Amino acid sequence: MQLVLEKRVERSGTIALVSPLIAIGLTILTMVILFAILGKNPLLALHAYFIAPLTDGYSLLEIAVKATPLVMIAIGLSLCYLANAWNIGAEGQFLIGAVAGSWIAVKTQGTDAGAWVLPAMFVLAAAAGALYALIPAICKVKFGASEILTSLMLVYVADLFLDYLVRGPWRDPQGFNFPTTAEFDPVATVPLLIEGGRLHLGSIIALLVVAAAAILLGRTIKGFEIRVVGAAPRAARFGGFNANQLIILTFAVSGALAGLAGIIEVAGPIGHLQPGISPGYGFTAIIVAFLGRLNPVGILIAGLFLALTFIGGEQAQIAMKIPLDVTKIFQGILLFYVLACDSLILYRFKLVFPNREVTRGAG
Amino acid sequence: MWKSLLALTAGLLLAGNVSAASAADKLKVGFVYVGPIGDLGWTYQHDLGRQALVKELGDKIETTYLENVPEGPDAERSIEQLVRAGNKLIFTTSFGYMDSTLKVAKKYPNVHFEHATGYKRNPNMSTYSAKWYQGRYIQGLIAAKMSKSGVLGYIGSFPIPEVVSGINATMLAAQTINPNIKVKIIWANTWFDPGKEADAAKALIDQGADVIMQHTDSPAAMQIASERGKLAFGQDSEMIKFGPKTQLTSILDTWGPYYIERVKAELAGTWKSENTWGGLDSHMFAMAPYTNMPDDVKKMAEDAQAAITAGKLHPFKCPIVGQDGKPVECKGGDHLDDGQILGMNFYVKGIDDKLPGK
Repeated sequence: MQLVLEKRVERSGTIALVSPLIAIGLTILTMVILFAILGKNPLLALHAYFIAPLTDGYSLLEIAVKATPLVMIAIGLSLCYLANAWNIGAEGQFLIGAVAGSWIAVKTQGTDAGAWVLPAMFVLAAAAGALYALIPAICKVKFGASEILTSLMLVYVADLFLDYLVRGPWRDPQGFNFPTTAEFDPVATVPLLIEGGRLHLGSIIALLVVAAAAILLGRTIKGFEIRVVGAAPRAARFGGFNANQLIILTFAVSGALAGLAGIIEVAGPIGHLQPGISPGYGFTAIIVAFLGRLNPVGILIAGLFLALTFIGGEQAQIAMKIPLDVTKIFQGILLFYVLACDSLILYRFKLVFPNREVTRGAG
Repeated sequence: MWKSLLALTAGLLLAGNVSAASAADKLKVGFVYVGPIGDLGWTYQHDLGRQALVKELGDKIETTYLENVPEGPDAERSIEQLVRAGNKLIFTTSFGYMDSTLKVAKKYPNVHFEHATGYKRNPNMSTYSAKWYQGRYIQGLIAAKMSKSGVLGYIGSFPIPEVVSGINATMLAAQTINPNIKVKIIWANTWFDPGKEADAAKALIDQGADVIMQHTDSPAAMQIASERGKLAFGQDSEMIKFGPKTQLTSILDTWGPYYIERVKAELAGTWKSENTWGGLDSHMFAMAPYTNMPDDVKKMAEDAQAAITAGKLHPFKCPIVGQDGKPVECKGGDHLDDGQILGMNFYVKGIDDKLPGK
């Protein structure tokens, strides 16, 4: 008797729905075992991870703050991925957006520039992110260069460019030569939504982006084109859809969103430009996009869930002295199970009984 | 089934709260670390300080730490989480936490904060750091004595004043032994990256350096120097096990005494916002044993250490001539003042390199 994976004739709709739940269930089971081995009370640990952050207002707001850049970037990436365009460089587009927007903030510092500053920063950041994303897109369309490689490589270019600016021309003159710009003026800062908290306008913008993407994909011809080009390139060609044009478009949109997320993060929670403004948002967002199954609402949920694991992991570290590495193991295990369970959408388990005649003959 | 599970959860939670209540009369002290604790380096030394604190005052306090907290938007939340968990004195142990610490400090005026190596303060936020340049001066003396090629190799992390003042102190000391000494500098642009640090060490040795100094955290350079039969200095931690025949000495961060002193002040209700910049005299750092050198060099190093500790020798004694050949203004009487050293943004004469960003 043998257990084999067999391809399904049709993809299973039921499994597609329940597979994330199975994955989460298996993750929790594994974590319970891990906590027990570590000598921590599994129920208390799970409580610290998943329940405690959801039961007080402060943590809920922090989850929203943490999820904001992840969701915005992941929405853009999902459009690319749906259209079979592999933008891996959102981190670089995030940084370039932050740099471009900060340019206005730095240049208007200490002047009596008015309320136009912040909107101008947003526009410039989105434009810069889009232009930066167009480099790999155009290289792909014109020269057939792998967009995976070129977009990834441009991350390092952006990182070093930011580094140069804050160590050189944009360095805070009062900052003892440390690599940071001066704090942005109030007109160049993203307004807070709640006094005393950190929730800012960016979270609302992220929700609008989710809604816009849902409408684009569900209700418009362009959204249909994106999905067809990705799912059935041949059919798309017969339908007269231009795949190259879509690569350009989706790269530009995802670059713009990443750039916007970058300036919101810098002009929001950080308040100045410095090296290390992103703890890898552009890469984590790739995970968020796939966890959310490239669906806008799914991405919103996945972004919030991943943010929850960060906040919960921190609270578990404080409350139960559970090392940070366990949080990372936890995130890794979750992804592992999600991908593993997803294979059940297209495949199914089957028990195979060996043919007795053959067995006997061989014996 | 669900009911019993709920009851169990409730019971466990209540039990958790009870134990929290019994710990409530202990002072809670929090630490934010920039890296993993590991077994050597910057964060490890801070955790040694925390452990010394627990050993000394463990019956009166409870410590909590968050490790690997990035110096970006996450820092503010991590610090605030510690506040919300009831910590009354919080040490944030990396320069990049400066603005985040200040923001949280302004929000919670009843909690006290201590930020390592920064310059922004508040009535409830102190800063603390060490005069490592004193140790660099001693290393400069040793290096100039031990180098046969007359070329020192220096692995810089970032061109910030602390690192620049270390290079200058090294050079000023080395020039008193050998006026023609040369230093080759490579900026690794990282605090910890064994791969880059090893590459830097190889490149420096290939350029003729035979004594390697570093302002980065890993023992990689020590290992390369050891393989190539050169000499090297450790950083932050004791690194002798990575180069038993290579390490000359190492600057050891010793935060324990400071942490104990500050927590005692907090317990006594006498904590005040201060700017502590301690040197060899206040035990903010120490020198590892002087090894792999002749006795006369060892004696010279020990004498210099004693003179600096006693305040008789200042590494930045005037006159000091800048790289541009012009004398540096002497604001501290017969030596540079603290502000000039804390904001140091120039090379001294004899350094054949350009300061990045200048």
